[in-house]
Amino acid sequence: MFSEWKFTAKDIAEKPDLFMSGHRACAGCAPAIVLRLIMKALRGPTIATFATGCMEVVSTIYPYTSWKIPYIHTAFENVAANASGIEAALKILKKKGRRAQEQVDVVAFAGDGGTYDIGIQALSGAVERGHDFLYVLYDNEAYMNTGIQRSGGTPHGASTTTSPAGKIIPGKLEHKKPIADIMVAHDIPYAATASPYYWKDLITKARKGIEIDGPAFLHVLAPCPRGWRSDISKSIEISHLAVETCIFPLWEAIDGEYQLSTPSKVIALRPERKKPVREYLQMQGRFRHLFTPKFEKIIDEIQHITDERWQRFLKKCNIV
Amino acid sequence: MAVAKQKMLALNGDEAVAYAAKQSDVDVVAAYPITPQTIIVERFSEYVANGEVDTEFVCVESEHSALTACLTAAATGARAFTATASAGLALMHEILYVTSGCRAPVVMSVVNRALSAPINIHCDHSDTMVERDCGWIQIYVENSQEAYDSIIQAFKIAEDPEVLLPVMVGLDGFTLSHTLENVQTLPDDLVEKFVGMRQFPLVATHEKRTVPFKLDPKTPMTIGPLDLYDYYFEHKRQQEEAMQTAPKIIQKVHEKYAEISGRRYGDGLIEQYHLEDAETAIVCVGSTSGTVKTIVNDLRSKGISVGLLRLRTFRPLPVKEITKALENVKAVAVMDRSLSFGGHGGAVFHEIRHALYDTSTHPFVVNYIYGLGGRDTNPNLLHKIYRDLQRILETQRSEQPVQFIGLRE
Repeated sequence: MFSEWKFTAKDIAEKPDLFMSGHRACAGCAPAIVLRLIMKALRGPTIATFATGCMEVVSTIYPYTSWKIPYIHTAFENVAANASGIEAALKILKKKGRRAQEQVDVVAFAGDGGTYDIGIQALSGAVERGHDFLYVLYDNEAYMNTGIQRSGGTPHGASTTTSPAGKIIPGKLEHKKPIADIMVAHDIPYAATASPYYWKDLITKARKGIEIDGPAFLHVLAPCPRGWRSDISKSIEISHLAVETCIFPLWEAIDGEYQLSTPSKVIALRPERKKPVREYLQMQGRFRHLFTPKFEKIIDEIQHITDERWQRFLKKCNIV
Repeated sequence: MAVAKQKMLALNGDEAVAYAAKQSDVDVVAAYPITPQTIIVERFSEYVANGEVDTEFVCVESEHSALTACLTAAATGARAFTATASAGLALMHEILYVTSGCRAPVVMSVVNRALSAPINIHCDHSDTMVERDCGWIQIYVENSQEAYDSIIQAFKIAEDPEVLLPVMVGLDGFTLSHTLENVQTLPDDLVEKFVGMRQFPLVATHEKRTVPFKLDPKTPMTIGPLDLYDYYFEHKRQQEEAMQTAPKIIQKVHEKYAEISGRRYGDGLIEQYHLEDAETAIVCVGSTSGTVKTIVNDLRSKGISVGLLRLRTFRPLPVKEITKALENVKAVAVMDRSLSFGGHGGAVFHEIRHALYDTSTHPFVVNYIYGLGGRDTNPNLLHKIYRDLQRILETQRSEQPVQFIGLRE
């Protein structure tokens, strides 16, 4: 099903960049790192397509572009439909002998707004139809491009400009939608989660998503220092803690079979390594209000929900 | 070239459109069902299921995705086609602009239908008229034969490197879409040859290479970038230049098509019916012109000098041709099958009256809003319009420039 692609840090460093420097992402932007890593995972000729969002904006300010591969952006809610049209065209043009016979892969990128919320219809449709493409969700957990508004991917308790922490309301009341599980429920051949801290795991999963026949979904947590109100030098550290606290477990589901990835599996086997969510939350200003006597119970709530989800997840992975 | 031997088929308007698309060597069709367009996607699905076409049929989950997939397929180098109506077109609204802005030569048939609310499945032109500013070429047909002919021409117009704009072909819901008509069809190979292979203009990439304009890993380019106040305006101006070039191409394609089919619709932009010496005239778009022609014949037989101007191409608006065609007419009635709420008359009226403002003759121009939601426009109503025009001429007064016709008041 998958090639035996082995690589070292040196191989990756030496592989030419296809997402180029000179883009205008902020200092400490994890999504920019994610894009660069994913571009390292390509196996050959590829067309990229993007939903409207911060990474689309920072990477293609006319007349400049950071993309060394063909790239198209059309709108916010339709990146999976973009990919559908590209894939359909590649297939038929190859069949009719109107383009080179080589394999051309399609990778679609969207943020959490373009995936959890406005883009879910097009995504669900494209996955149901079984187009052969990799969908990468770079999840910075709010509408960062428009100035930090809450999305269906924003976690419980986070303060955003449309779920502000006020005197009465402690930030976002609702919980993060389990988007990757929703994709698994579509009987998608490949779904996985990844964190840029575990860059090797991320690249491997992106490659698997590209290699598998049919749709693949890769959910990457990507801290945004502007929106998370975090230190620009800590984005990767936060990506690490998200996994260590089990707020964002790493797994993959091949044909619906869930399997924990090594970093999370280690925690499953040695639960004492699981860190309290407090450590993750306290690095981020969007949760600052939770560290006041008035709202402190929300931290316990988040811990409780995280533990509960983790236990449920372990059952799904047949680890009891 | 001699006119080809053709096969007469009994087709309704939707079937005629599907048949034309089938013959036009379309690579990708992405579509979603909506009345009264559904027959088009049904027929096309049958062609696919029976192996009669070499087309990738993407049965999408919405019209928004239908047009999106056609756009990106076209950007990838495919010939793409879709069809919709009413609410479906409204849902595409955002992507209509993106398609023309990305210069994706998608062809779409719109089976004209009223917009909700209240929900109504029958014909009027509200759906396409509201999209007149979206950068698409708009062609409105009179009958199913013209629907067939226009779809074939549309690919050739849209893909012309001098144009490179999407084309919308409007046909009246039910009146045409569901009414059986004898349609002359050209042989498959002749249509395929006429439409030809997709052409790609050469463009400069950010790497300073000159390459065909499409997504191709060998010649990477970025399509649909963020384009701010330093360049956006020029790009919009380029779209307008393409629009200004389009009439020439529309006429050229129309003429070349006439050579093989023997069929002409005026000059491809407008169709004049007994206008040369007409004192009064109706201007309209769509199937109503068929009925108007019979009224013109009737009145002419009684010695009354009336005429008809049918706008076939509404975008780009053939201003020069319109003013020339109406230069001797003294009173004009413009019929609009859509309503601009709170405005001064309908969309076609705005254009005609506006175009005639610069003429020295300054004819009377009045507007009739008719047939909304599929309301029948019978000959009596059309007779009344010509009578009204006659009275305006006699009294040299037009008291009510905009009025409704054929409804309870």
